[in-house]
Amino acid sequence: MNPFVTFRISLASLGANKLRSGLTLLGIVIGVSAVISLMAIGQGVQQSITSRIESLGTNLIFVQPGESVQQGGLGGGAGSAATLTLEDAYALEDPVFAPAVKAVAPEIRANGQVTAGRNNTFAQIIGVTPEYSEVRNAPVEQGEFIAQGHLNNYSQVAVLGQTIKETLYGNRDPVGQPIRINGRQFEVIGTLESKGGGFFGNQDNQILVPITTAYYRISSQRTTHGEISVDSINVQMPDIGVMDEGMMQVATVLRLRHHITSEDDFIITNQQDTIETLQETTNTFVIFLGAIAGISLLVGGIGIMNIMLVSVTERTREIGIRKAMGAKRRDILVQFMSEATLLSLGGGAVGVLAGASVAQLLSGQPLLGNSPLETSFGWDIALLALGVSAAIGLFFGIYPAMRAASLHPIDALRYE
Amino acid sequence: MDLQPATIELKDVTKIYRMGDIEVGALRDVSVSIQAGEMVAIMGASGSGKSTMMNILGCLDVPTSGAYLLEGENVGQLGDNRLAEIRNRKIGFVFQTYNLLPRLTALANVELPLLYGNGHDRRRRAMTALSRVGLADRVSHRPTELSGGQQQRVGIARALVKEPSIVLADEPTGNLDSQSTEEVMAILQDLNHREGLTVIIVTHEPDIAAATRRVITMLDGRVVDDHTLE
Ligand SMILES: Nc1ncnc2c1ncn2[C@@H]1O[C@H](COP(=O)(O)OP(=O)(O)OP(=O)(O)O)[C@@H](O)[C@H]1O
Ligand SMILES: [Mg+2]
Repeated sequence: MNPFVTFRISLASLGANKLRSGLTLLGIVIGVSAVISLMAIGQGVQQSITSRIESLGTNLIFVQPGESVQQGGLGGGAGSAATLTLEDAYALEDPVFAPAVKAVAPEIRANGQVTAGRNNTFAQIIGVTPEYSEVRNAPVEQGEFIAQGHLNNYSQVAVLGQTIKETLYGNRDPVGQPIRINGRQFEVIGTLESKGGGFFGNQDNQILVPITTAYYRISSQRTTHGEISVDSINVQMPDIGVMDEGMMQVATVLRLRHHITSEDDFIITNQQDTIETLQETTNTFVIFLGAIAGISLLVGGIGIMNIMLVSVTERTREIGIRKAMGAKRRDILVQFMSEATLLSLGGGAVGVLAGASVAQLLSGQPLLGNSPLETSFGWDIALLALGVSAAIGLFFGIYPAMRAASLHPIDALRYE
Repeated sequence: MDLQPATIELKDVTKIYRMGDIEVGALRDVSVSIQAGEMVAIMGASGSGKSTMMNILGCLDVPTSGAYLLEGENVGQLGDNRLAEIRNRKIGFVFQTYNLLPRLTALANVELPLLYGNGHDRRRRAMTALSRVGLADRVSHRPTELSGGQQQRVGIARALVKEPSIVLADEPTGNLDSQSTEEVMAILQDLNHREGLTVIIVTHEPDIAAATRRVITMLDGRVVDDHTLE
């Protein structure tokens, strides 16, 4: 029997029971659109997380204080000890011991109340060096960035993130305006470009000040030897290729400086590791979502099988007539298989459209923090979904079709 | 006449239906031979095995034992696919209950056998067959929109469309009034006389049997009488 005729007969048979076919179709539509939209959302989340982290620079490594071993057994948690100093940071720029290092940007973090005129807000205050702007990819929008002179003089100057600027000054130009940070008078010298909500806290809700000022005027932490301690050191490499080498060199320099013989009092991590770990996590998450949606697809498949079994029973006599007229087993098998596949493929196609629309609707909606979700929907997903729905039709259609094909012509003709 | 090769030859054909422990001998050692171009009536009481014999003649079923030679080929040995091909090419069925597909138009019903096997020119051939039974003006009617007699004529057109050599009609007029019965019988006779088709009709009505030249009578699965009128 030629395929076109088979297709026409199948369409006519399905059309004879429009409501029933429609409801069966709906089962697949729901399954496929659930899979598609959840996958699109999952991939979107994954992509925005990855790109957010990548926007910080993939060629970064982070040095943070480790557990302090000098405190005699009662060590704090990671990052709790004040083991890293500004001097450590500068030492990492050494071209002899750490030739792979391109730039170093130490930082001190604190939280504080900031006030300008009648407006006030709560912000993260970061003490930085001039290198921070380049290393952490934080370009200035208006005014200027913190300079070496500010560090030398412990200048009370600040560079504002977008959110802070808008909260405190609205549309006014903040450069040159006074600002109070934890009660102290500072002067705004610049603002940063907006970066959107970050995965590690909102980067627009930050105020940058000279690291020396942060240490002496804002932070409460003090070292025993009068050195300036830092909360973390960002180390930039020229490219990803020398990451491992760079990490080794940084570790060596710090061990020498800290006279370490056994356990390190610092922790080195890098951006790439973070991305990979996160990707693994989100991958699992996406697969998990997909699996849950897949279950509804399975239920849709069972719906097809159910309705095909009913159809075979109802059309027993038709099968008998067709067989008497010369239809072979294969003709009957192909006909019922094509009906099942048509149902599942039709459902799949509608489901792809529905899923894509849902993904499109959700695209740009704030889901993670206050950053817009970028759902991703590709033709690969669509084709995969169509393939899977065709497979579901074939899988759940084969048993009813085989039952139809193997009916004895006389029994089928005699069926009431 | 005996010199002609038999189109249909049943040799000691037995058909046993098994229902649990009970065996029903629907046909017992039936031997019949029918020449090409004969018109035969099969009569007999209800349950005597007429339909069973027709099913075997039509290759819808195979004998439990014995041989059925159709145009010299032993059909009892064939597989499902070959049997389907033979039904499609050589045999036209006419049923008591018409067995038309209710969703399809008269034309589409007649096209049905052409969907399987060699099926070029379907529309034209189906139209020709419908004209042959006088229903050229009813092509797009569905079975429910036709009278019983008309439905049976669609059934005959469907049996003819593949130009078979044998037409098997199991009580073709069983559900029809006398007017329609005459029309249907006229068509069947015409097929036999003018086109030389082998026509086998199962019937309970002596009138109809009288329209044929040969009557085979069955009882309890056996042929008890087989005579040819001059
Ligand atoms: N599928 C079957 N299973 C079991 N027994 C059957 C089956 N088909 C027919 N029989 C039995 O075989 C015998 C012959 O049946 P058949 O249908 O050939 O009779 P018939 O001569 O056509 O009768 P009628 O004139 O009522 O149509 C009956 O006793 C019937 O009960
Ligand atoms: Mg019968």
